[in-house]
Amino acid sequence: MRIALIGGLIVSLALGMYVGLRISESKWTGVDESVIEKFAAEANRPPQEPLINIERGDLPLLLFLLAGAAGGFTAGYYFRGLFPPKDKG
Amino acid sequence: MHISEGILPARWAIMWFAVSAPFLFLGLRELQFKGQQNLNIKPMVGLVGAAVFIISCMPIPVPTAGSCSHPCGTGIAAIFIGPLLTVVVTSVALVLQALFLAHGGLTTLGADLASMGVAGAFAGFGVFILVRRLTGRWWIAAFLAGLLSDWATYTVTSLQLAAALHGSASFGKFFLTVLLAFVPTQVPLGIVEGFLCVGAYRFILTRRPELLQTLAGQVHL
Repeated sequence: MRIALIGGLIVSLALGMYVGLRISESKWTGVDESVIEKFAAEANRPPQEPLINIERGDLPLLLFLLAGAAGGFTAGYYFRGLFPPKDKG
Repeated sequence: MHISEGILPARWAIMWFAVSAPFLFLGLRELQFKGQQNLNIKPMVGLVGAAVFIISCMPIPVPTAGSCSHPCGTGIAAIFIGPLLTVVVTSVALVLQALFLAHGGLTTLGADLASMGVAGAFAGFGVFILVRRLTGRWWIAAFLAGLLSDWATYTVTSLQLAAALHGSASFGKFFLTVLLAFVPTQVPLGIVEGFLCVGAYRFILTRRPELLQTLAGQVHL
């Protein structure tokens, strides 16, 4: 039952994304870019290159993956301490 | 709400550092003081800090706007660990994001901390206490804390941009223009953040209600 539910969720998510991205012409830019940087550029204060520029090939993918993994591990580590499984708590 | 490197002129960047610094200092002092008194505070700060870091760099597509934005997580954080400790965890999250994810900037760190850490945390915390005392219902208080902490963050970001960039245009008009540009994404995301806050609060209330009493004391009574 659980496997069927997870499978159903994955298929629904994939289908939803496929249809949604096919019919939508939006660029899905973040508001940091579409609002903040837009107004800054109009005021002649465009953003400067960050100290560590990660915009090279797949580097952003790697760094966001590492950040997610590190954040998830940290959260899980403390979560386990604060909320032990019911049989152990 | 991450203002990128170089967008704010130096005097505004310095001014926002000066605004945020006292809150960060008081937060660090509170962490040291509370950490000695309560053994649960440091694990909770670690958990909440990791959550703020993840939530505030997670772009969520908003179909009604055709753009992405992120919740802040500081409303939830403030309810659980208090606003000053939330400033501390937000500062760590923002430094890591500015350094390694090109999200925000080091020169704009003070401004980003003022909007997300200070305004978001104090708005969420204040709203939670006020609504809890007025209505007696935790879920309304938690929902509004999440919602309004998100909106407070983006309102302060609009204010920061308007103050620094309005030039010869009217400050008020520039502020409203920026604020309205955030509306299509932040109205739905604020509502999502409100529900997120209710879910997180309900979880702790169900699993370990004593944590709420010991961490932020009278707020949850």
